[in-house]
Amino acid sequence: MKYIDEYRDGETARQYALAIARLTTRPWTIMEVCGGQTHAIVKFGIDQLLPPEITLIHGPGCPVCVTPVELIDKAVEIAERPEVIFCSFGDMLRVPGTEKDLFMVKAAGGDVRMVYSPLDALKIARETPEKQVVFFAVGFETTAPANAMAVYQAHHQGIENFSLLVSHVLVPPAMEAILSSPLNRVQGFLAAGHVCVVMGYAEYEPIARRYRVPIVVTGFEPLDILQGVYMCVKQLEEGRTDVENQYTRSVRPEGNQAAQQLMREVFRVVPRRWRGVGDIARSGLGLADAYAHHDAERRFGAATHTAEDASECISGLVLQGVKKPHECPAFGTRCTPEHPIGAPMVSSEGACAAYYRYRGAYGAVPAAGTSG
Amino acid sequence: MESTSQHPLPGAVCPVPFAGYPHVLLAHGGGGKLTHQLIEQIFVPAFSNPYLDERHDGAAVDVGGARLAFSTDSYVVHPLTFPGGDIGSLAVYGTVNDLAMCGARPLFLSAGLILEEGLPMEILRQITGSMQTAAVAARVRLVTGDTKVVDRGKADGLFINTAGIGVIEHDRPIAPRHVQPGDRVLLSGDIGRHGIAIMAVREGLAFESAIESDSAPLADLVLALLDAGIAVHCLRDLTRGGLASAVVEIAEAAHVQIDLDERAIPVREDVRGACEILGLDPLYVANEGRFIAIMAPEQADRALDIMRSHDQGTGACMIGQVTDATAGLVVLTSSIGAGRIVDMLSGEQLPRIC
Repeated sequence: MKYIDEYRDGETARQYALAIARLTTRPWTIMEVCGGQTHAIVKFGIDQLLPPEITLIHGPGCPVCVTPVELIDKAVEIAERPEVIFCSFGDMLRVPGTEKDLFMVKAAGGDVRMVYSPLDALKIARETPEKQVVFFAVGFETTAPANAMAVYQAHHQGIENFSLLVSHVLVPPAMEAILSSPLNRVQGFLAAGHVCVVMGYAEYEPIARRYRVPIVVTGFEPLDILQGVYMCVKQLEEGRTDVENQYTRSVRPEGNQAAQQLMREVFRVVPRRWRGVGDIARSGLGLADAYAHHDAERRFGAATHTAEDASECISGLVLQGVKKPHECPAFGTRCTPEHPIGAPMVSSEGACAAYYRYRGAYGAVPAAGTSG
Repeated sequence: MESTSQHPLPGAVCPVPFAGYPHVLLAHGGGGKLTHQLIEQIFVPAFSNPYLDERHDGAAVDVGGARLAFSTDSYVVHPLTFPGGDIGSLAVYGTVNDLAMCGARPLFLSAGLILEEGLPMEILRQITGSMQTAAVAARVRLVTGDTKVVDRGKADGLFINTAGIGVIEHDRPIAPRHVQPGDRVLLSGDIGRHGIAIMAVREGLAFESAIESDSAPLADLVLALLDAGIAVHCLRDLTRGGLASAVVEIAEAAHVQIDLDERAIPVREDVRGACEILGLDPLYVANEGRFIAIMAPEQADRALDIMRSHDQGTGACMIGQVTDATAGLVVLTSSIGAGRIVDMLSGEQLPRIC
């Protein structure tokens, strides 16, 4: 299958691993930003191919994982209203709020629907004018253009019964928060490929300069990640701190201008709370004033609970790359995909879920057995 | 045998209490962990007996000197019709296959229909016709049935339950506990067709040529293996939860480690493409005409020959082996040569978001 098979070729993967090993003269710690990349690394076992000097840390690039618990509670409250059809991507339906998740709301009779696109939710709004349709707009910059388009169309087509519950987050502020933390160990980044398809990568230049870290825009197939690691290690060994693009088949330096223009029209930059990390200034997107009447928080006046994350979930430390999932005391015992305590165990892009699913309750793949 | 596993005793971890779910969730029907929780925590304690406790797809019971297999399944698929079949043919083949996995020759089926008020009579005729066509193909007879009608909105058009009886003509014990280290795992053909066929209709995806469900009767193929004297230790047909769930269930029940090679697992190109688009893992996608057979290593080649010469087994292949580690795990070697654990899904497979 084109664009898949070539990028999963075992022989080429091994050659890249060898090339990285030959290049490496000392320990390096690299963070892959995007949850999709984390998932690929754990699923394909890419970290198993790398020399022991290279440590991969899993970053906060899982929008489901960083959605604050207050927002899940608001989503639950809105979804429980009889006049609401609540639409969401699948992953969000299982993230635990303070008391329940959206799947439980559905089981108790709420109209909660999984959609693949915000435009599907808009269609539902058009077809059921007597109901209020709310779409849970979660994601990094990757999903923002589609959400912007849905609101733009709703506004210009006069579809009043459509609103967004917005929880968009931006990558560069998250990277800066990690780099400026006293706990930071990250020396180089694999930037999120699909975010950069939309945004381009000019905004990473000041980060690379200020913090003196190489940043390589990287894709999601095993060979993409291996090539990204190679390019990053090469920079580290040579003492360079540039922004480079590995994912050239999908990412242009300027990104997708039309998408960016639509985002600027519909959204504005706002402060955001990141679950497990805290408040980061100018790190999220909210609806611009001209579109504010499509903001579900405003429309439903959902009360702000300052829910304390009193659980033993250490997702903040996992998302910042300070701890690995299996280093959490609850991992695999009190916290499993069936009974998740925090979001990283629920989302398919969460580090905890990836580790549990592909590495088991102890975070390690057993050796292949013998045939006896 | 020395265990090569790094893990401590299986079962040493205290299971998380079930009390978290006051209501039944859709995920409880997914065929994965939550389904198993439901079975273990509600049904087994209520009904426990030696036959049920085998936890096999069908029960092998002794009646007046004959050894019979008895199985039941309900069909709630939506849409009612899909490329490659409909709920009627599915209902017949599904129960026939459960009987086949006991090593039985399927003989008789019952069918209970729950119809939704307003179901077009034409649809009912079509489904009934499909059931009869399937029954003839599977060489079973539908000998008893029941019909109920419920209010509009209370059944997705039509629900079907079928139960089946077959006769076990072999002495060979077939169950997870007969799986041995060294056994080979054979798969009867490519995976993922049924689930994708359904998803394609549901999500309105159009492919260049429609992906058809693999729904088919497997009894003849299984009996061909048994008649040839193949030392089959365990059989499992792949349904909800896909290949992964079937293998994990066996590994856990048998307390063995099963090693699989991803490169050996056949997935058709168009199915793989659909999975990539929808964010699904083919290992977990539903099938309706595939099974795995676990057998002694020296029999594997002959078994493959027999399977490949049969209509339902042309794509048969060896995908892994049973090892002497006792962890109750499945380890998959990925296409780039590194390993990962194959786990049972929690509930529904949730497609990725970005």
